[in-house]
Amino acid sequence: MTAQDGARDIVLEAQGLVKRFGSFEAVRGVDFAIGRGESFGFLGPNGAGKTSTMRMVSAVSQPTAGTLSIFGLDPRAHGPEIRGRIGVVPQDDSLELELSVRLNIEMYGRYFDLPRRVLRERADELLEFARLSERADSKVDDLSGGMKRRLTIARALVNRPELLILDEPTTGLDPQARHLLWERLYRLKREGVTLIITTHYMDEAEQLCDRLVVMDSGTIVAEGAPRELIERHSSREVVELRFGTDTHDELHDALASHAERVEVLPDRVLLYVDDGDDALRGVHGAGLAPVSALVRRSSLEDVFLRLTGRTLVD
Amino acid sequence: MATRVLPAFGSRRSIHIFERNFFAYRSQWLMFVSGFFEPLFYLLSIGIGLNHLVGTLPVGGQRVSYATFVAPGMLATSAMNGAVIDSIFNPFFRLKISHTYDAVLSTPLDVTDVALGEVWWALSRAALYAASFIVCMVLLGDATSWWVVLCWPGALLASLAFTCVGLAGCTYVRSWQDFDVVTLVQLPLFLFSGTFFPITLYPRWLGAIVSVSPLYQAAALLRGLATGQFDALMILRAGYLVALGLAGLWLAARRFRAILAP
Repeated sequence: MTAQDGARDIVLEAQGLVKRFGSFEAVRGVDFAIGRGESFGFLGPNGAGKTSTMRMVSAVSQPTAGTLSIFGLDPRAHGPEIRGRIGVVPQDDSLELELSVRLNIEMYGRYFDLPRRVLRERADELLEFARLSERADSKVDDLSGGMKRRLTIARALVNRPELLILDEPTTGLDPQARHLLWERLYRLKREGVTLIITTHYMDEAEQLCDRLVVMDSGTIVAEGAPRELIERHSSREVVELRFGTDTHDELHDALASHAERVEVLPDRVLLYVDDGDDALRGVHGAGLAPVSALVRRSSLEDVFLRLTGRTLVD
Repeated sequence: MATRVLPAFGSRRSIHIFERNFFAYRSQWLMFVSGFFEPLFYLLSIGIGLNHLVGTLPVGGQRVSYATFVAPGMLATSAMNGAVIDSIFNPFFRLKISHTYDAVLSTPLDVTDVALGEVWWALSRAALYAASFIVCMVLLGDATSWWVVLCWPGALLASLAFTCVGLAGCTYVRSWQDFDVVTLVQLPLFLFSGTFFPITLYPRWLGAIVSVSPLYQAAALLRGLATGQFDALMILRAGYLVALGLAGLWLAARRFRAILAP
């Protein structure tokens, strides 16, 4: 941590956080601290322990070991109080399908003991915020996926949370719906709401997160700002070469001298380099003739795959 | 904490689950009406139909008409059937299908509040149905004493026991197919728990087994109240129903926690 971190207002702090289910250890001692107004991401493949971590930081399930402090409070003793100041957008919308759009928000607000009069006003504001005012009296069943997602976010804001936790907020949405959602999240961030986001979309993490951690098998394998992580764990640029043969393996040695790191995939070869065009000239100069070549900037996805591997995890 | 009624059994926030159900069912008033009629139909068909064929039966020191004998049994049965709907079918849907409770637990409510809130809801409905049933008993002349009004709290004790045990049972249901098991328990309880005939007709050992049945205890309690014949055993019966209720609620909350907030 830097000196600046020590002075900032910490909303959430975890030390040696562990979650075990029987003999299975889902989270194996993770440490992180999130400052007020920050937007913090959790990345990781399925089974990395993200959801278990989310459930602990939203004060729903108790840590097996380690310390967790949310708003300076211990969730073991102050669960209801903490949850009263948090908003949660779960992976499945879990909306009340029998209720109208407006009642979904108002009823949810009742769980926070908010008076009906206040809730009527807040529902108006939130419907406006989620661009659902016209659908206020529709049944939730009739809404599109994007509308349901927006309603879930609106619902999570009914208690004016200081901390908003979003578990894969844009999974399954079309690009228009995603961009609208991102824009709404920016707006919340500007208003000073602290955001915790899990996502599988690296572009989303780059867009939304000030800082993020990459989790794998229950531990944190990297932490930092998206740009920092790219600089630390990948090269500046990547050259993607396709040779149209099945003999990519044999090319590894021939290409090794042209890049910091060479990765051979079934369909293409990746060269991690500082200057892509320069490397490509070198490849051509060595008499190699790829069918296609693409030079691009390194992305968070390269970092993610490097840290968590390309093997499919189920 | 000041907001806690009994820490192990939920807080006053549980009332919001009642509220939630009220809103969700507001548009389904037809279902409520059917809940009124079901026990009434039993009362009419079995009471009126069999009354003249069967003659009188002994209850405590009195001989009463069959209709008078069977009505408290029907009231207890209606408490059981209502509880099955409100504590097994509907909560199963919210727990495993619609994930309603997952969303609720992100708010200040705790699993104990969810369980207790479902009990409030089930008991409120049961209170309405029991009251209408007792009015029908009186109108049909099936009550021999004004003590029958005590059948109302008595029926609520029965509902409490069945609801809480049902809520615990609901957490073990894996899929809709498992509801066959529920029916498999419900039907013999209904037929053999001294609802239609006195369990003194059973061999002694079988009678002893049946007396464990909460439906038998509820029916016997309500029968004593409806005919105004009190004995010390009724306190035990009431105590049994309350104990079952508390044990069921405790287990239900534990199971809810294991499923929803492991």
